[in-house]
Amino acid sequence: MLANIFGTSPVRPLEKHVGVAYQCTRQLYPFFEAVLADDWVKAAAHRDIIDSLEHKADDLKKEIRQKLPKSLFMPVPREDLLELLLVQDKMANRTKDVSGLVLGRQMKIPDAIAEDFLLFVQRNIDAAKQARKSVRELNELFTTGFRGAEALLVESLVEELDRIETETDGLQAVLRGNLFKVEDTLGPVDVIFLYRVIELTGEIADMAERVGRRLELLLSH
Amino acid sequence: MEGQLVYIGLAAAFGLFMAWGIGANDVANAMATSVGSKALTIKQAILVAAVFEFLGAVLAGGAVTSTIRKGIIDADLFAASPELLIYGMLASLLSAGTWLLIASHHGWPVSTTHSIVGAIVGFAAVGIGLDAVMWGKVGAIVLSWVVTPIMAGFIAYLIYNSVQKLILQHDDPLERAKRYVPVYIFFAAFTITLVTIMKGLKHVGLDVSPANSYFIATGIAVLIAIIGAIAINRIQPNVKREKKQHYYTVERVFAVLMVITACSMAFAHGSNDVANAIGPLAAVISIAKTGVVGGESTVALWVLVIGGIGIVVGLATYGRKVIATVGEQITHLTPSRGFAAELAAATTIVIASGTGIPISTTQTLVGAVLGVGMARGIEAIDLRVVGRIFLSWVVTIPAGAFLAIIFFFIFKTILP
Repeated sequence: MLANIFGTSPVRPLEKHVGVAYQCTRQLYPFFEAVLADDWVKAAAHRDIIDSLEHKADDLKKEIRQKLPKSLFMPVPREDLLELLLVQDKMANRTKDVSGLVLGRQMKIPDAIAEDFLLFVQRNIDAAKQARKSVRELNELFTTGFRGAEALLVESLVEELDRIETETDGLQAVLRGNLFKVEDTLGPVDVIFLYRVIELTGEIADMAERVGRRLELLLSH
Repeated sequence: MEGQLVYIGLAAAFGLFMAWGIGANDVANAMATSVGSKALTIKQAILVAAVFEFLGAVLAGGAVTSTIRKGIIDADLFAASPELLIYGMLASLLSAGTWLLIASHHGWPVSTTHSIVGAIVGFAAVGIGLDAVMWGKVGAIVLSWVVTPIMAGFIAYLIYNSVQKLILQHDDPLERAKRYVPVYIFFAAFTITLVTIMKGLKHVGLDVSPANSYFIATGIAVLIAIIGAIAINRIQPNVKREKKQHYYTVERVFAVLMVITACSMAFAHGSNDVANAIGPLAAVISIAKTGVVGGESTVALWVLVIGGIGIVVGLATYGRKVIATVGEQITHLTPSRGFAAELAAATTIVIASGTGIPISTTQTLVGAVLGVGMARGIEAIDLRVVGRIFLSWVVTIPAGAFLAIIFFFIFKTILP
């Protein structure tokens, strides 16, 4: 009857999904703390949490997709929402990839870069958190029709997100430089994978930034 | 007329059955928006619906009842054999009632209006002859079924757009809501009151001049707006809730407005839909008592009261459950959006009632919801379902007609 004309709103589920994705990335800090302390039991435990959160995000993603049929009439293109969902999900994916790699190879982070590395991880997590904060404004954006004061607020949140991402880029460059300085003292295969770990971790902030880009796209319609 | 008690008794029973069905099913769609947006609790919604459906039926339901009673078919053709018209009207009531029962059982979104109009046209065209139908009037009614959802959609679009521009898109939405919402309350109250005074009071025996109508309507609307403003000013910002949902307090201001539009909606629904049950009943009573077709000029008040009572009983026995179910399903409709849809639909319906055009309340409301959607107000509308609702009348008209024809020939055989 009348009630059925309202399709399932993707807004709350999207907000929930970005929350789970952020919780997933957040586990990366205690994970690397355990790795640095050489406590592989604890690291594995954190990796399990990451795994289950990534799974949960995946399930949410599938559920949201199923409930967004093409017959829905929405204020913003369905494709843009699906794309937003996808980049949100990738934040969790990268977390899973990097933790899996480190645990699988029982990698050691050299002391020379340990401190910088933890800071780098933290800032990537901060980027994911800022992405969550921005996406949580979706409901309000729909209420205001993506215009006015609320749109400006979201723009400022996305600007802050961009700033954090730029910062992680800088940290990443410093980390690489410092790793380069000590790489002769390490095994060549280990070094290759260390670069890979830095790259994958940095992609969390990249994905968070793309969440911001998607939100901006929604504002431009 | 011979056997008049049988005819009147049957018509009253069928009419009450229809009115009960309208109250049980149809009212839910009119009230669910208010319940879904949590502007009203279910108990409050039942109370509002009972009072205002009844008032709408009695105060503003006369014109549409007249149309159903004698606007669709050419009564002159029945002058020689008035009992045929009685059979036809009884058949139409039973047909529409039966079809509604079947449709509700299967969960099809059908309109009472479409079934009764289809039924009357059906029995007249087949049972009497094509000439018996006033095709011009029927054409106008069918056209109105296309026009009213569009009109409601357009009004809803304008209203919600104005809400966004005047209130929601600013950085002080609460102050602005407190300032502008009483103005919306004024317009809602003004429209409903004006149409009632100008078109409805005639049926209760009062005749007010147009100038006085505007004067009285303005006075009542200002009074209601002031009461609303007082209620709004007592709302305190809830900082904790606003953290999660910035527009929490703003929506509570709109919830006050939605109480008013819910009353309007119930009133509008009563004014248009009660006629579907009462129009044929009024026709039967008039012919059975006088023995001639088209004797009395206006619908007796007590007949409208019967319709109102039927709706309220339907609401109390079964409708509350339906309202609860539908209300739970409509959760995206915040008061700011729900009021825009309701006000647009109620305005459109009341104007149609004033002009005597039987329209579909549900489809008008769907049009209004789409209008809010066009203003980018609703997260997701399922166009497949919308299409199904609008297509339903294509099925309902022949179905109502078919059943009416069968019942007509049965009554012709078995009734005296």
